[in-house]
Amino acid sequence: MAAEGTLTSTGYIKHHLQNLTFGMHPENGLSFAHTAEEAKEMGFWAIHVDTMFWSVFLGALFLWLFRKVAKSATSEVPAGFQNFVEVVIEFIDNNCRDTFSAKNNLVAPIALTLFVWVLLMNTMDLVPVDWIPMVASLLGIEYMKVVPTTDPNATFGLSLSVFALMIYYSIKVKGAGGFFGELAFQPFPKWMFPINLFLEGVSLLSKPVSLSLRLFGNLYAGEMIFILIALMYSGGVVLAVGGGILQWAWAVFHLLIVLLQAFIFMILTIVYLDMAHQHH
Amino acid sequence: MNINLTLIGQSIAFAIFVWFCLKFVWPPIIKALEDRKTRIAEGLAAADEGLRAKDKAEEEVEERLKEAREQAKDIIANAKKQGEGVVEEARNEARSESERILKSARAEIDQQIHQAREELRKEVVKIALDGAEQVLMREVDSKAHSDTLEKLASGL
Repeated sequence: MAAEGTLTSTGYIKHHLQNLTFGMHPENGLSFAHTAEEAKEMGFWAIHVDTMFWSVFLGALFLWLFRKVAKSATSEVPAGFQNFVEVVIEFIDNNCRDTFSAKNNLVAPIALTLFVWVLLMNTMDLVPVDWIPMVASLLGIEYMKVVPTTDPNATFGLSLSVFALMIYYSIKVKGAGGFFGELAFQPFPKWMFPINLFLEGVSLLSKPVSLSLRLFGNLYAGEMIFILIALMYSGGVVLAVGGGILQWAWAVFHLLIVLLQAFIFMILTIVYLDMAHQHH
Repeated sequence: MNINLTLIGQSIAFAIFVWFCLKFVWPPIIKALEDRKTRIAEGLAAADEGLRAKDKAEEEVEERLKEAREQAKDIIANAKKQGEGVVEEARNEARSESERILKSARAEIDQQIHQAREELRKEVVKIALDGAEQVLMREVDSKAHSDTLEKLASGL
């Protein structure tokens, strides 16, 4: 599978952690990167095609399913899939009502999108690590990383969008002066404003960073363990059987992480947006 | 694990998804949920209202029944009283009727007595005349002696 043809453990792992990158290479021009080095050389103006494809595919899947229910939603007795969608919607709605105190119609749809989308992206982690890359390699695609949330680009993309909304609502609700005052005039007295500014600035900036790194770190670690377990399949019958059991056990445990991280991402987003709406 | 354009691509995708969700997914579903909530609340309220109406109707039925029972009692009492009156009246009527009949019978008897006496008188006059004729062996001028005879007859 690796470009060199020989399959080493390191090569296997590295291959699994490489995104399918498309961009402008200084020497090869507009092309797919064949190695990690080439991908790095493309710099910022490159795109992870696999991350984009899977995330957009899953997001579209989510919206398609929910839109189908939304179109036929009635106040009659719900049936089948409508039940499930209503449970999810009510769950999100309750969380928003409990956590978000101001009035903003955008927050609930954001929370719903984040929760279901991140959950679907995380769930891709439960697909055995070699299945989709194997099919992709048969189709001539060299690299295929199927879990978008193990790509920091994806998680930062989400968290920075949330961050932008936080800044926007902070200024909209409190005004630019009020927002600055919140950063500069507390927790210490006003004359210590440089220290205040530094403390509050760090705490503000750490929000999107922690939000995205938490999700990325959890999923990346989970993915890594799946890859390590998958290595055992090449180590003889005993190790392969052990690997099968381990993979099952880890998948069961990972189910919890998949759901929990999606929930945490959603609830923290609501909390941050709530803080942006609040006067201190 | 490079940070690159994917970051912006993801943000754009996220924005589009949220917009779609805000426009086409969230409102209809939440509206259906709210509608159902209202309908259930209305249904429960209607059920309560129905129960209350039932209780009221039962009370009214009870009241009506009581009224009817009292009316029936009154009617029966009246009927009894009226019946007694009718019997009394009939008795009075019968009494007066019997008296009337008795009186008329008495009058008839009197009349018959009178008639019989009259006939008897005539008979006696005739017998007396016959007897006197036979005694005198001659015809008595009834006209000439009628006064006497009359006097005689009225003496009977």
